[in-house]
Amino acid sequence: MGLIRDEDAAEIRERLKELVNPVKLIHFTQELNLEYGLEARQLVEEVASLSDQLSLEVCNFLLDKEKVAEYGIDKVPATVIRNGKDYGIRFYGIPAGYEFTSFLDAILAVSGGDSGLAEESKEKLRQITQPLHLQVFVTPT
Amino acid sequence: MRLAQQFAMENDLIKADAIEASEFPDLAGKYRVYAVPKTVINDEAAIEGSLPEEFFLDEILKLVAPTPPPA
Repeated sequence: MGLIRDEDAAEIRERLKELVNPVKLIHFTQELNLEYGLEARQLVEEVASLSDQLSLEVCNFLLDKEKVAEYGIDKVPATVIRNGKDYGIRFYGIPAGYEFTSFLDAILAVSGGDSGLAEESKEKLRQITQPLHLQVFVTPT
Repeated sequence: MRLAQQFAMENDLIKADAIEASEFPDLAGKYRVYAVPKTVINDEAAIEGSLPEEFFLDEILKLVAPTPPPA
């Protein structure tokens, strides 16, 4: 049984029609004993199936060491959202509930290559010259 | 979309992780996450709750790029 209900799938498919460029999801999983691993993978697979512009690569956290290093993944489940470029956007855990909207928004923004921020903000952000790591803790509800 | 992720799109030095607190209780404990959203900045500071774009960015900038003293 799917995690995404049929009526929701139709709505998501409609939203994903706004994708202007291909987006790649890279999902890292570790299916040995992780409570959330299978569900996260299934959800990402279902989302990826809803648009031709979305592609999905599933990597194993324990085996695909090169990819883990390339994307700096330190815990699973993890999902990278990128286009030709990796912007450093990662979702850790199941992007469900309230976070699902953020997940779709991120996919759409990455597709367009535009953050949608105010020009003033973009200018301030361009001036940052040292690494900045933002970890946003969220819950599905 | 969360502001942190929008920020990440504008500068290669910025990385933005969305972390489900309930799935990573050790990490949530380490950073004392009692309410969400909570944004941990470079492991050393945090912003609790949601702020409008301008305020959120300015709070972060205060932490990473302190205003240089006048010459």
